[in-house]
Amino acid sequence: MQTLELQKIANEVRKGIVTAVHSAKAGHPGGSLSAADIFTYLYFEEMNIDPKNPKDPDRDRFVLSKGHTAPGYYSAMAQRGYFPVEDLVTLRHVGSHLQGHPCMQHIPGIDMSSGSLGQGISAAVGMAIAGKLDNKSYRVYTLLGDGEIQEGQVWEASMLAGHRKLDNLVVIVDNNGLQIDGRIEDVCSPYPIDKKFEAFNFHVINVDDGNDMDKLRAAFAEARTVTGRPVAIIAKTVKGKGVSFMENQASWHGAAPNDEQYAVAMADLEKVGEALCQK
Amino acid sequence: MSEVKKIATRESYGNALAELGAQYKDLVVLDADLAGATKTGVFKKAFPDRHIDCGIAEGNMMTVAAGLAAAGKVPFASTFAMFAAGRAFEQVRNSIGYPHLNVKIGATHAGISVGEDGASHQCNEDIALMRTIPGMTVINPADDVEAKAAVKAAIEHEGPVYLRFGRLAVPVINDPASYRFEIGKGITMREGKDVTIIATGLEVSESLEAAKLLEADGISAEVINIHTIKPLDTELVVAAAKKTGKVVTVEEHSIIGGLGGAVAEVLAEQAPTKMLRIGVNDTFGESGPAKALIEKYGLDAKSIYEKVKGWL
Repeated sequence: MQTLELQKIANEVRKGIVTAVHSAKAGHPGGSLSAADIFTYLYFEEMNIDPKNPKDPDRDRFVLSKGHTAPGYYSAMAQRGYFPVEDLVTLRHVGSHLQGHPCMQHIPGIDMSSGSLGQGISAAVGMAIAGKLDNKSYRVYTLLGDGEIQEGQVWEASMLAGHRKLDNLVVIVDNNGLQIDGRIEDVCSPYPIDKKFEAFNFHVINVDDGNDMDKLRAAFAEARTVTGRPVAIIAKTVKGKGVSFMENQASWHGAAPNDEQYAVAMADLEKVGEALCQK
Repeated sequence: MSEVKKIATRESYGNALAELGAQYKDLVVLDADLAGATKTGVFKKAFPDRHIDCGIAEGNMMTVAAGLAAAGKVPFASTFAMFAAGRAFEQVRNSIGYPHLNVKIGATHAGISVGEDGASHQCNEDIALMRTIPGMTVINPADDVEAKAAVKAAIEHEGPVYLRFGRLAVPVINDPASYRFEIGKGITMREGKDVTIIATGLEVSESLEAAKLLEADGISAEVINIHTIKPLDTELVVAAAKKTGKVVTVEEHSIIGGLGGAVAEVLAEQAPTKMLRIGVNDTFGESGPAKALIEKYGLDAKSIYEKVKGWL
């Protein structure tokens, strides 16, 4: 798919995020928006998946380890055709299949339930081991937050992944630099992130702009060339990307826009969309 | 009388896995650097490629098992009960229980019969913790025959199962030729009319011995083996309570939240009955030989006999 097309889809994904969180009056827009380009690239370009056959044993797997950014995940899945985009407004409503954090029992296509931080990467490691045991060629992707990697379990999982040389595993860190209590380096610095993964025997790819489709494309292409070790893509992103008043604001980690703010957010994204259509 | 054969149920666990490995191709076994103690090493010897040692990282192991199950495997995740149910509780709850994944947890070294390692390793809370997780099956086998049957039943069962095994060699009380295991079905080991003793795990054989002592005093004690604490065989428990009117529970576990708790919950609602709970009495254990601890904590046949007799 052309980069421009991917950018347009990512913008639609962002609209879905703010619409869903606005409707829910709760949720996590900041980290959903920072990862919107990553979600889009994975679901529209990188992964071997088919929304019509979500249980295909040979499909690539995705685990959203930073499960609170479910709005971004759901919005990308809806755009990809797993369920209607109209469902996004039911996010976090009683009876909705769109739970606050991803639940595999509610939505076909979700490969693993997640939400309790640090666990998704372990589940992805389990899937990657299963792929190796079965001599399958599927790949496993997992997306982590940069705050999430403060969880010790992330490093337990990484140690096992490196030890077992899981070259069918790609760990992506959405390095937007902010967590609930503030800047990650002020709260409890996980830096240097790349050197940590290197020490756990990962092939590390630093992406200086994880909101740039071409840079993501280059990173995932490089990941495919790696054998004998798992890959970590450390993607520097902007929290709240695309919505003017949310960008780089920790306060928008887990807050919903009111009606007025929602109108501004959608106007921001409409503008981006119009600019993309001019290209 | 010939010497009663004794086998630790952790041995039964390892042997069963190795015996069933050929039949069940998707069976994989995980351990956290305790393969020698949990006896999964027996499986590792037979199926080295299907044994995944995760190192000393139990929380990660549980979620890796969840990922394997999500990809179609039938993983048995093995470590001591303290770390399986205790340390990794939240991983078991959120990564295995909530998505109802087909993970079997082989928890060995449960209860005070861990012995010399002492209280830090003696888990008397695991049944209580595990049975609060929706959809979790909780099994505590009494002997070698039952433990091996439970492993097979767990493989055949779709969904998470917590299997509790012990370190101590315990008497083989079931006949492998006639024994039949069904998840959720208790077994009346001995008929009686004056009191019902409901026991689980290694306390089944102790309770059978206690019943013999009671018989000598003219007290007829029924003994029921509840190997599956969840789902509990409520029909059998309620019928027994209505029959004898007096129920004693015996477990190598805290009297809070385990078998005693489960039976009390059911009887309070369906057939209020006078009850005595025998177990670890809301206290931590300590170091010592397993047998000496079982006696000290009042969980041997003689102590059970005395407690029941004093209570009746």
